[in-house]
Amino acid sequence: MPTPAAIEFSGVQKWFGTNHVLIDIDLTIATGEVLVVIGPSGSGKSTLIRCINGLEAVQQGTVVVGGKQLTAKGGELAAIRREVGMVFQAFHLYPHKTVLENITLAPITVKRVPREQAEREARALLERVDLPEKADAYPAQLSGGQQQRVAIARALAMQPKVLLFDEPTSALDPEMIAEVLDVMKALAHTGITMVVVTHEMGFAREVGDRVVFMDDGRIVAQAPPEQFFSAPGNPRAQLFLSKILAH
Amino acid sequence: MDWSVLGENAGALAQGLLITLEVSALALLLALVLGVIVATLRVAPSPVLRRIGTAYVEFLRNIPLLVQLFFLFFALPSIGIRLDAFVCGVLALGVYTSAFVAEAIRSGIAAVPTGQLEAGLSSGMGYATAMRLIVLPQAIAKTIPPLGNTTLNLIKNSSLVSTVSVLDILGTANLLGARSFQYVPMFVGAAICYLILTLPTAFAVNLLEKRYAR
Repeated sequence: MPTPAAIEFSGVQKWFGTNHVLIDIDLTIATGEVLVVIGPSGSGKSTLIRCINGLEAVQQGTVVVGGKQLTAKGGELAAIRREVGMVFQAFHLYPHKTVLENITLAPITVKRVPREQAEREARALLERVDLPEKADAYPAQLSGGQQQRVAIARALAMQPKVLLFDEPTSALDPEMIAEVLDVMKALAHTGITMVVVTHEMGFAREVGDRVVFMDDGRIVAQAPPEQFFSAPGNPRAQLFLSKILAH
Repeated sequence: MDWSVLGENAGALAQGLLITLEVSALALLLALVLGVIVATLRVAPSPVLRRIGTAYVEFLRNIPLLVQLFFLFFALPSIGIRLDAFVCGVLALGVYTSAFVAEAIRSGIAAVPTGQLEAGLSSGMGYATAMRLIVLPQAIAKTIPPLGNTTLNLIKNSSLVSTVSVLDILGTANLLGARSFQYVPMFVGAAICYLILTLPTAFAVNLLEKRYAR
């Protein structure tokens, strides 16, 4: 691997109660890589990426992000979260704050960026996600696609090295999926490390560097998109693809 | 029926209204302070603290207020603790109501989706900052309607202090009714006095609810 690792899972195991949800996960994600994680629901995709910023704790093994180990408590976790942005399926914008406040809240409170500078940067980010006129709107006044683009701008405001996307288009109406994917595709070309859980195979094919297929808590196949989609090399991945690509 | 008795005793009723207002305000203050503390216990990470909070709430809200009041006023003196009737009223009413305040606040916090906290944490905020800036402001908005109900109930429940000889609105009306045998005018007067306190409270709660409804 030519570039240093951005994220490294080694021997990770995780259980929810007696349910073994992540099994023997070894995965290295290079800096600048766009990794697409696919698989049936309940296969552990979301749990996998939630372990990267410590929203879920692993019970065995280690996750190292930007050289910092995540099993460590307190300061290390906060330091990692400052460098890892996350975009959720259900957006999770702050409903009591305007779009601009949603974007500037973390830079101002966590990084102590002066308000004026934070707002200038936020407006630039809103340009980037093509919503410059919505700065003073509240989330409830926006469509799902617009909310998700604001959520991406909010994640970018902390200038993260890694961006996690947890099924960012799964809660959207079909006509809004494209506008969010366009923003994500543009991001993919900026060199930021992206880990994307998605069912959008077009996105995976177009901008993914690698596809990881999960099933029942294990990574059962991984390959560059071209190779993966033509010959996944795993019967379950083959079955999954035949089901979703049939539509 | 002699309605003139109302006019003659307007001063006494006004005095009773003031006592009801005092009992209610002090009890509400006590209930809010205790309620916030117990609510934090109820959502604490430690299971032991959570259990203490739960025990407090379930114990107090499932015993009639009148029993708690009688315990303070009639039972405590037999073990050497003598409290003024007014103090008993404030304590019983405040402690009893704190269980409902704690529940209102806890349910307000629980009604904020966990994704909100996660979004804050993911952007690098610590737990305390994310709670303060993101979760609690939303929780307070969701807490206003149940807290409003609790406050109205507290004002009405305060009439129970008349049973331990406090001359609040009901105590005064009852006394004057017994003296003049004009119960109808006196209790109608009492009802009006309670409405003078409760209707503006209800109105204020509605205003607050609208203001924080986002």
